[in-house]
Amino acid sequence: MLTKEQIAQRIAKEVKNGQYINLGIGIPTLVANYIPKHLDVVLQSENGLLGIGPFPTEDQVDPDLINAGKQTITMVPGSAIFNSAESFAMIRGGHVHLTILGAMEVSENGDIANWKIPGKMVKGMGGAMDLVASAKNIIVAMQHCSKDGQSKLLPECSLPITGIKCVKKIVSDLAVLEIAPEGGFILKERAPGVSVEEIKSKTAGKLIIYGEIPEMTFD
Amino acid sequence: MINKTVKNAQEAVADIPSNCMLMMGGFGLSGIPENCIKALLEKEISGLTIVSNNAGVDDFGIGLLLKKRMVKKMISSYVGENAEFERQLLNGELEVDLIPQGTLAERVRAGGAGIPAFFTPAGVGTEVAEGKEVREFDGKLYLMERWLRADFSIVKAWKGDTAGNLIFKGTARNFNPIMAAAGKICIAEVEELVPAGELDPNQVHTPGIYVQRIFQGVDYEKRIEHRTISK
Repeated sequence: MLTKEQIAQRIAKEVKNGQYINLGIGIPTLVANYIPKHLDVVLQSENGLLGIGPFPTEDQVDPDLINAGKQTITMVPGSAIFNSAESFAMIRGGHVHLTILGAMEVSENGDIANWKIPGKMVKGMGGAMDLVASAKNIIVAMQHCSKDGQSKLLPECSLPITGIKCVKKIVSDLAVLEIAPEGGFILKERAPGVSVEEIKSKTAGKLIIYGEIPEMTFD
Repeated sequence: MINKTVKNAQEAVADIPSNCMLMMGGFGLSGIPENCIKALLEKEISGLTIVSNNAGVDDFGIGLLLKKRMVKKMISSYVGENAEFERQLLNGELEVDLIPQGTLAERVRAGGAGIPAFFTPAGVGTEVAEGKEVREFDGKLYLMERWLRADFSIVKAWKGDTAGNLIFKGTARNFNPIMAAAGKICIAEVEELVPAGELDPNQVHTPGIYVQRIFQGVDYEKRIEHRTISK
């Protein structure tokens, strides 16, 4: 099984040179730590920044510079700042190439649920619905099963959904999977030491397996 | 140049009545109008509807207005940082409209720009779409969303001039410029107020036409929600 850091590390391998990328809160934020240094990419923060840099040192901390998770950040050279309407204009307009976010559930047709659990305090969807409705490529970082062992990769989402037919790829603690255009989770890679049988037993939605499934490699 | 200057926050918010609709700039605690929030706390008003991306924290920002029970309804995208908010919501003392952040921003922008409705893909197929017109354009489904306008919008900028022109700093810009345009009366508080003519017109983010009142704020705390440091 992958740790959260390893999930982030595996997702970072999907990043391509020249991309503008929005990273969600949680595991997706960690992806920034693993993007290869030779790639030129720009990280977007939906509160109005292109060019997120590393977290600041004590003497760089600026309360007027935060990310969408409200953490203090820095800017890389060549950054740009804009208002919230412009931020989502570039998201909805398809200018952001890659969105990486967390999920509570994903369905076999690519629906995602990640904002609301009935009976629990609802905090709001933030920018998630705009992001999933618009991004060309959406990769989800998630745990394959809930704490009590229930699969979170389902025929249909049981929780209120955030967006329909939008997820392209999932990196879970057990596997890398792609959503098939006609529906279903195509198994692409296994986490080290995890068998196809285990992934099968922990995937409630339709699992599609073509040939031998390689184990993930980490550099 | 028309002079928009008022003396201080008390004067700026003096005529804000109970039961009106307010917009407040800020994302989390960044770029919030600290002085005007303090001045509102001194007033005996209630029943406010507040449009703001977030609802502050328990002891700062809009959280202070909530604690004093001045707020009837919040229109926001994310409200997860505030225990008093949660208590009032669960007890039915507070209403909340949760709106996708980009839709919220565009509704405010549309309000200021005179566009009564628009179509967005955000929320199609979700409960956000309930009761809204869905229309297909070029093979994709979109929701109709309405503009948002307010009786007063209260914004915070870094620098401003007496003509109401504003310049923001960093990600404290966020919702402030679009809210400035969407309030019938926009109150701007700034860290530094200069005479008209001293700001470079090429650098102005919000033209003074949108701003009716401006003053230089005092004692900015600029509280940080999650101080995160490089190891």
